[in-house]
This record gives sequence, structure tokens and C-alpha cells, in this order.
Amino acid sequence: MGRFVARRLLQMIPVFLGTTALIFFMVHLLPGDPLAALWGDKAPDPVQLAALKHQQGLDQPLLQQYLSYMGNLLTGDFGTSLDGRPVLDKITDALPVTVRLALFAFAIEIVVGIAIGLFSGLRRGKLFDKGTLVLTLLLIAIPVPVLGFVVQTVFGQNLKWVTPTVQDSNDITQLVLPAVVLGSLSLAYVARLTRTSIAENIKADYVRTAVAKGLPRRKVIGTHLLRNSMIPVVTYLGTDLGNLMAGAIVTEGIFNVQGVGHALYQAINMKEGATVSGFVAFLVLVYLAAGLIVDLLYAVLDPRIRYA
Amino acid sequence: MTTVIENNQKNDRLEVGTPLLEVKDLHVEFHTRDGIAKAVNGVNYSVAAGETLAVLGESGSGKSVTAQTIMGILDMPPGKVTQGQILFRGQDMLTMGNEERRKIRGQKIAMIFQDALSALNPVLSVGYQLGEMFRVHQGASKKEAKEKAIELMDRVRIPAARQRVNDYPHQFSGGMRQRIMIAMALSLQPDLIIADEPTTALDVTVQAQVMDLLAELQAEYNMGLILITHDLGVVADVADKIAVMYAGRIVETAPVHELYANPAHPYTKGLLRSIPRLDQKGQELYAIKGLPPNLLKVPAGCAFNPRCDVATDLCRTEIPALHHVTDKDGKELTGRRSACHLWKETLHG
Ligand SMILES: Nc1ncnc2c1ncn2[C@@H]1O[C@H](COP(=O)(O)OP(=O)(O)O)[C@@H](O)[C@H]1O
Ligand SMILES: [Mg+2]
Repeated sequence: MGRFVARRLLQMIPVFLGTTALIFFMVHLLPGDPLAALWGDKAPDPVQLAALKHQQGLDQPLLQQYLSYMGNLLTGDFGTSLDGRPVLDKITDALPVTVRLALFAFAIEIVVGIAIGLFSGLRRGKLFDKGTLVLTLLLIAIPVPVLGFVVQTVFGQNLKWVTPTVQDSNDITQLVLPAVVLGSLSLAYVARLTRTSIAENIKADYVRTAVAKGLPRRKVIGTHLLRNSMIPVVTYLGTDLGNLMAGAIVTEGIFNVQGVGHALYQAINMKEGATVSGFVAFLVLVYLAAGLIVDLLYAVLDPRIRYA
Repeated sequence: MTTVIENNQKNDRLEVGTPLLEVKDLHVEFHTRDGIAKAVNGVNYSVAAGETLAVLGESGSGKSVTAQTIMGILDMPPGKVTQGQILFRGQDMLTMGNEERRKIRGQKIAMIFQDALSALNPVLSVGYQLGEMFRVHQGASKKEAKEKAIELMDRVRIPAARQRVNDYPHQFSGGMRQRIMIAMALSLQPDLIIADEPTTALDVTVQAQVMDLLAELQAEYNMGLILITHDLGVVADVADKIAVMYAGRIVETAPVHELYANPAHPYTKGLLRSIPRLDQKGQELYAIKGLPPNLLKVPAGCAFNPRCDVATDLCRTEIPALHHVTDKDGKELTGRRSACHLWKETLHG
């Protein structure tokens, strides 16, 4: 196990370097000059512009820029954005909001999705199960922005249960609606996956053994059936954690949440290479860590899987 | 191990000869897309404490379905018990409430399955699965349960039990896994064990060891044992009596040695002839012609008639009753029955 983790951590290094390099160079392919934009509509003063470029190191060859950027990154220096704020400050402001939103959605999809899937799987073919199939199909079919808009209109404007957009991104109660919208698609998948897995495993010999042992029904289901049925669901959840981070960026736009999506959108508009690269580097780390955690969890759930 | 010794007196409350378990006129059918499969059609058998009943028959004859119905683990639907009683110590289990029934499972009647690899939970350690019996039924603590699990593993002679108690089923060999199943069935010292083809999935060399262990433990704890098998060779040494099943019916019952010496049903005769024997080495092995019937359309009359060498017109029209069998002088042979119109000719001819 230790060796497996070490190898996975080592594998992360080239992936991390590759993705950050890709983003760094892509940002520089964007049209327009970020520094010239500081003059607004007026024509920039060439002397001042050149001085600024030199000061920021933007007059150097791109490869040189990249290498010094990566060098700084390794010492924990994410650079400074054009407005003079350290990029790391921006990240530590925005990232917690997005992570909170994504984890909130993740929790909803796990708890609600698995519960619905479990009950459907146990009552396959009954009314509850049929209802689940129809509702989850709807959730899968409706695009997230449409769902977001509908939810916003119904609960925000018509019922006035919440404000249509988020006023304070650090207030977790205001994140309920965005989290539900963000988690809805995955929730539908989790419910369906759980349902299928439960319905399949309930016929397994070891479940029959558990009944023959005289275990109460809740033990048969909780200890024996559910645990085995979770293996495919956990695999899905692992890949989904990354998707949620990406999805959060869209949902943030709908509900005006001041998270990574918001910051990244502004940075791209401003062509702020350092900010964009910094955020992406962080997101890549989150993806990689999530993947590793899921693989480890997988081994905990299924002892037949051994990493060496 | 003290608990084990105490249990030896446990069954003495029961009068000698009173059956522990009686299956009476049991009918089970499966409602499938293709129609109704009548898997069990009026099965009767009984087991007393300390007694071993072997249930014999080709695959598909309803042995497992009968056992599952006794255990209360029949898949319902598609399965359905349409008639009959299953008396455990005189009480009909089919009319009991769920909770009452559950308390019999594992504690009074335990089951050993054919394929221990799939019957054990792949993601839980064997120690957990053994200890669960004590935790759920006796409220044992985690630690106590583990100690008991180790004790049980020792009892069924699994080497290095203490080191292996946290291992998972896939880490054991087939024979060791079946020992774990036996240990699990034995854990609460039930009155009756149902073993459904306990050695079929094992290597020939291991089969005998597992069978011997089972027979030894059964004698030690004075349990009733229903041993289901399709292999006549397995039962000769361990069984007291045999019930032969065909197409969901009992076609012959007899004390084990009498059945071997003198079968009273052509089907049993065929089964006996198809056992490989050392003195007939090199000769082609006998096999009963044809295949067991499709349960969706069982032949009219005796279900065995299309495969029978001596079938008459009567056999093709009338279902034979399970006749009492007599010797040549007309004296009834105790425990012997045959569902063949021609049992006299078969037995004495
Ligand atoms: N779950 C099930 N669904 C439908 N039919 C079944 C099921 N289980 C058993 N049967 C039917 O019952 C018959 C007897 O099965 P079984 O008792 O398992 O035979 P065996 O004597 O080999 O143990 C099978 O041939 C099959 O037609
Ligand atoms: Mg069977």
C-alpha cells in the first residue's frame, strides 16, 4: 500500500507539470495585450509599457518566463496579478468557496442519491422505483443552466424562500440552492447506479447466507448488501469529485457565487497569465488528490483489490 | 470449548425417535415467464436428533428448493409454497411470524452451502463473519466474538487460526473455505444442519476430509443432518437413511445399507449402477439414458417412465403412490418406501 501511494504521488509530478505548462502557454495565445488594457481606451505610452513589461519579466522569451514561473511556484510564490495582489491571496479567497460548494453538492448526491437508490433497488418494479427512474431521467436530461434558472425563479422569485442569487458566498445556508443544482445530475447517476447494484447483489449467495444466519433484515442490508453494492458507486463518485469542481464554475455563474469560477472568468478576460495558471495548478492538484483518495477507498471497500 | 460440551445434553429433552424436523406434503412452484415450474411436488421426509438423512437425486430434482423452503430463504417471488407443512419440534414454520422464524435460523437450524466462495461475503473477514453469529444472537462484544471465531476455526482444524482470523475468504483454499462455512453453521450449536452439496465444489482429495469432519462434528454434538448430494458415493459412510428425489418427488426412501444392497426403484438402481467402481475399471461407465424432465411439462404418469427400462402402460398414465415395501414374505420393511408401480419386481425380481 505504501509503495502504491508513493508511486501514485510520483506519477502526479509529470501530470502536474504537463497541465500547468499547457495552461501557461495557452494563456499567452489569447489575443490582446494585458498590459495595454491598463490604459483603458487611451493609447498606451510605449516607454511606460516597455518599462512595465520589463518589470514583470514579460519581455523575456516565453520558455524563460515559464521556467522562472515554475521556479517561483516551487517555492510557493504564485506571482502577482496585474492589480498588484498576490495570486495566492486570490486563490485562498476563492478556492474555499468553490470547494465548499462542491463538497456540499457531493454530500447531497451521496446521501440522497444512495438512499433513493437503495430503496428503489429493494423495491424494484414498485411505484417508488418507477418514480425514481422517471425523475432521475428528467434530471439527466435537463441541462444544468436550465435547472438553475427554473430553481432560481421558483424558489427565489416566486416562493421567496431564498434570494435568487447568493449575497454572501461565505454563508453556507445561501449555498443550499446552488449545491442542489450542482449535485442534481450526479445525484441522478448515483441513485441509478446504486439501484442497479443493489438489485443485482440482493440475489447474491452471500446475501442468502446472511439471511440463513438469522441476521435481522437491517443487518443483512446494512452490513452485507450495501457494502458490496457501494463498490461501483464509489468508483463513480471518485471521477465525479473532479466534475463537480468544474461544474461548480458554471453554477457559480448562475448564482453569482464569488468562487474559483468567478475569479477565473475575470482573470481570463483580463488575460492575467499568472492568475489563470495559479488557479489551474491548484485545481489540478485537487483532481489528482481526489483520484488517489478514491483508489485507496476502493481498496478499503474491496479487500480483493491489493495495490502493490 | 466448554459451551460445546454442555450442548451434548441439549437434545435430550426430545423424546427418542421424535423427529426434529418433519416435511409434510410440501409443494413448491416457480412462476416464470415460460409457465409454472413445479419444483417440489409433495415431498415428505423427517430427521431425528443425531440422525443423518441423505437426499439424493440428479441436478434439478428439487433438493435445494426443499432445503431453501425449510430454511426460509426461498426466492419469493418467483417461488411459492402452495401446500404442505414444515414442522420443527412439532411447530409449523411456514405459519410462523418472520421474527420467530428468524430466531430459528442460525440458532436452531443452520445451513452449509455448496459454493463457499460465493456464499461467504467477499468484503468481510472470515473472523467478522463467524463472530457476527455471536454478536447478533448472543450480544457478544467485538473482542469476545473474535475469540469465539478463533475457537471455531481451531475446531474445524484450520491451521494458524489466530493469525488467519482477519483474512478474507478469497485468501483461503476451497477446502478451508468450506471448513469456515461448517464452522459458521456450527457456531451456535444448532439442532439441525442442512448441508447442500457441501463437497461438490471441492477436489476429490479434499472432499473426504471435509465430509469426515462434518460427520464427526455431527456425532459429537448429536445434531440432525440433512445431507443433500447427487453423489451416491459420498453418502454411504455417513448417512443413516436416504431419500431419493426425482422431478420434485421422493421416489424411494430406505436405510442406507438396504438401499445399496437392494434398491426398490428402477431410478435408484440406475443411480447405483452409474457409480464408478474399482472392480469394473476399464469398462464403460453406465449412465441412465435420457435427461431429467423439464419441470414445465413433466411426463404423464410416473415422471421417470421415458427413461425407465421396465415401464409399462400403467407407468405412462398413473402417478405411482409412495408404497410401503415388504419383503418376500409380505412383512413390511421399516423405513422403506418406493414410488414405483413395479417395486415388487424391482426389489425381488
Ligand atoms: N430461483 C428460481 N427461479 C426459477 N426456478 C427455479 C429457481 N430455483 C429453482 N428453480 C427450479 O426448481 C428446480 C429444482 O431446483 P433445485 O432444487 O435447485 O435442484 P437440485 O435438486 O439440483 O438442488 C430447477 O430445475 C428449476 O427449474
Ligand atoms: Mg442443488
